[in-house]
Amino acid sequence: MGTFQIDFGDERKSTIVGIDLGTTNSLVAYMDLTSPRIVEDANGQKIVPSVVSLDSSGTLIAGEPAREMLMTHPERSIYSVKRLMGRGVADVQSELKLFPFRIAEDSEAVIKVKLGGRTFTPPEISAAVLRQLKANAEAALQAPVTEAVITVPAYFNDAQRQATKDAGRLAGLEVLRLVNEPTAASLAYGLDKRKEGVIAVYDFGGGTFDISILRLHDGIFEVLATNGDTHLGGDDIDNLLLRIALEDVQSEWGEDLSSDPEGVQRLRRAVIRAKEELSFVPSAIIELAYHGKTYQRAIDRELFERLIAPVVERTLGPCRACLEDAKLTPEQIDEVVLVGGSTRIPLVRAAVERLFKAKPHTDLNPDEVVALGAAVQAGILSGDVEDKLLLDVTPLSLGIETMGGVVSKLIHRNSTIPASATESFTTAVDGQRNVLIHVLQGEREMVRDCRSLARFELKDIQPMPAGLARIEVRFLIDANGILNVTARDTRTGQEQTVEVKPSYGLSEEQVEAMILESFEKAEEDMRERQVREARVEADNILAATEKAQRNEAWKALTAEERAAIDSAKRGLQSVYHGNDHRAINEKIEVLNKATMALAENMMNTAVRGALKGTKVD
Amino acid sequence: MRHVVFFLAFLSSLWRRGQTQHCRSAIFFVMPSPSISNNYFEFFSLERKLGVDGDVLQKRFYELSRQWHPDRFSRKSAQEQAQALEATSILNDGYRTLKDPVKRAEYLLTEEGFPIGEQRSRDVPPELLEEVFELNMALEELKSGDESARPQLEDAKRNFVDLRAGVDEELEKLFRKYDAAESQSETAKQALHEIRGALNRRRYIENLIRDVDKALHPAMAAAESIEDRL
Repeated sequence: MGTFQIDFGDERKSTIVGIDLGTTNSLVAYMDLTSPRIVEDANGQKIVPSVVSLDSSGTLIAGEPAREMLMTHPERSIYSVKRLMGRGVADVQSELKLFPFRIAEDSEAVIKVKLGGRTFTPPEISAAVLRQLKANAEAALQAPVTEAVITVPAYFNDAQRQATKDAGRLAGLEVLRLVNEPTAASLAYGLDKRKEGVIAVYDFGGGTFDISILRLHDGIFEVLATNGDTHLGGDDIDNLLLRIALEDVQSEWGEDLSSDPEGVQRLRRAVIRAKEELSFVPSAIIELAYHGKTYQRAIDRELFERLIAPVVERTLGPCRACLEDAKLTPEQIDEVVLVGGSTRIPLVRAAVERLFKAKPHTDLNPDEVVALGAAVQAGILSGDVEDKLLLDVTPLSLGIETMGGVVSKLIHRNSTIPASATESFTTAVDGQRNVLIHVLQGEREMVRDCRSLARFELKDIQPMPAGLARIEVRFLIDANGILNVTARDTRTGQEQTVEVKPSYGLSEEQVEAMILESFEKAEEDMRERQVREARVEADNILAATEKAQRNEAWKALTAEERAAIDSAKRGLQSVYHGNDHRAINEKIEVLNKATMALAENMMNTAVRGALKGTKVD
Repeated sequence: MRHVVFFLAFLSSLWRRGQTQHCRSAIFFVMPSPSISNNYFEFFSLERKLGVDGDVLQKRFYELSRQWHPDRFSRKSAQEQAQALEATSILNDGYRTLKDPVKRAEYLLTEEGFPIGEQRSRDVPPELLEEVFELNMALEELKSGDESARPQLEDAKRNFVDLRAGVDEELEKLFRKYDAAESQSETAKQALHEIRGALNRRRYIENLIRDVDKALHPAMAAAESIEDRL
């Protein structure tokens, strides 16, 4: 209040929000003066479940209402869609056994999921969650929100990152930066209060696992190495318990619940509740009451830990690899930070403590720390936070296909981003006009063992004898971890056209089309609503007029006045069923004017009646 | 405004990385502070020497990151953002290159017109002929399931690791020789020539160690393939 702000023109200072778009839950936060704050919805809830449903009016809804619909209308609902982001149908076959994803038959490079009778791509579904977060933030901030920082697992590949960015655009958010979740968490911890040090962030969430090792230096957070598994998380623990519970139910009820989506959902919720309790008490009960039958099973921590030990063990391999890449021993790690709901499990904490030989930090809520860090990063981008800077790395090596299906690496994993590499290409045949470059991500030597990222086609090369053309191609991984490719003909110095065919994910045109469609859809919805509203008003005025015509006051009008009203009524009725709300409103206005005298008369009659003490209808 | 135009022209010249640049002096007019160059030594304001103080390098890296990182430009014009992206990618690529003595030497050799061809590393250094022959025999034996070759391979690995350490020492001496010589002098050229030979020998040994590791720990090599978990 009362402070002067000198604004040098075009830089609008709207709030950039930080979003943790999680597999299970999502949150949005912002910088409130000097510290990050999580947005609460109208009911005081911070967590928005990453569940999306197609409601009866054909709109995608997200969050708690969708989670309710997941129980009642599982065929119109979806959860854990993050597991499908940026992936192809072949990638997710193993997931399909455990997750009730209904993949549309025509899915290819981009998966399409069926909800109700319609199909959606994973970015469209994630966009519904983002729209909910955006709306919550706008309500809390009392201002439009158009820019965001969104977090992704550090180990996400290019296609998964691109899909997340697409989701942001579809939700009407400009994604200013994708930040890796563990790195974001380290920002939230305010660990830079110690001037120097090496920290490990162990991030075990609902669906993904990440480990990052950072060096702190005077507010600079330099990631030394990162590793992980994009398909390892609390979901896997749930599935272990669920399998046991399903077997129990089968033997107790003599009924295979696994083919009943609603039953499975209820049982899944029951095992999650038991899992969560087991982090705090030595024993819990899995309980289900369904279709008049009940199921109960006690599970103690010892059995639970025996069950999940292999899952916990799977997180330690990436941790060791990460230490090796950072060229550090466990003793050299000064502090360990735990992120993600699954780190509440005592066995997980014990395993981390044993590996890093340090007691992990748990002072911040592991569900909130990533969103808080995203808000800090948003503050860095807006210029509000000046002392901190994050230097992140690319998790996977980038290479191109060469002779014999061998990958030639151009940018190695754990390179600080932005990072670039330049490579020269030429033609193999006289007069060749196009050169195709196949870009891959991964650590293996052969193309078949790496992940295809995209095919870039250099077009319109000047025809000349084979081997003479010289096209320099620059591969640049930006600060979001996303690849950009530019090419130049070194003989002419001309920019070379590059056409990108992503191997997985949506093309630029598809995203544009979706955004356009959502605008058109919004316009269409708007028009429909306006017509509906106009008709309601028309109904009201027509009913009121007819009622008035039975009133004494009607007789007091001149013949012309009565004719004008009748004509106005017919005019309104003639446009009533049309789709033009403006025409309806116009005729309402005409009728309104025509009935002015009638209304006056009625008012007078009413007043007279009131004075006489008789009841006037 | 003219400065921007100059800068853009300069940016496009950044393309020709690894080739001699003549725009160095011009940059000072465009960007009074600090100079941004596509030559890694210049970008870090370091002398063109093979001996680099790691602490100084890291300090410069952090300073330049604070200055150029794209996070500092997110509310700036598209042009400024492009500059920041460009500068930061040179900064990061340069830091990666300069902090590693082998990459640093390879970079300087290329800059000085001593390109190191990949194929040269395949020539067996004559002094290693005998050892490489024996090693290949042992590798074949282990591959065919003869576990008795394992101790021999472990010995061979230790031997090659020692040899690599020897080359590293030799390189350090050669670095000092180059740094002491006057730039472009015959002594300097001679030193670069010797460095190239040592680097090729080192790369050859490095590949041998990798082969032995692969044979000794096939499981570990497989664990390296992180794609399996993707």
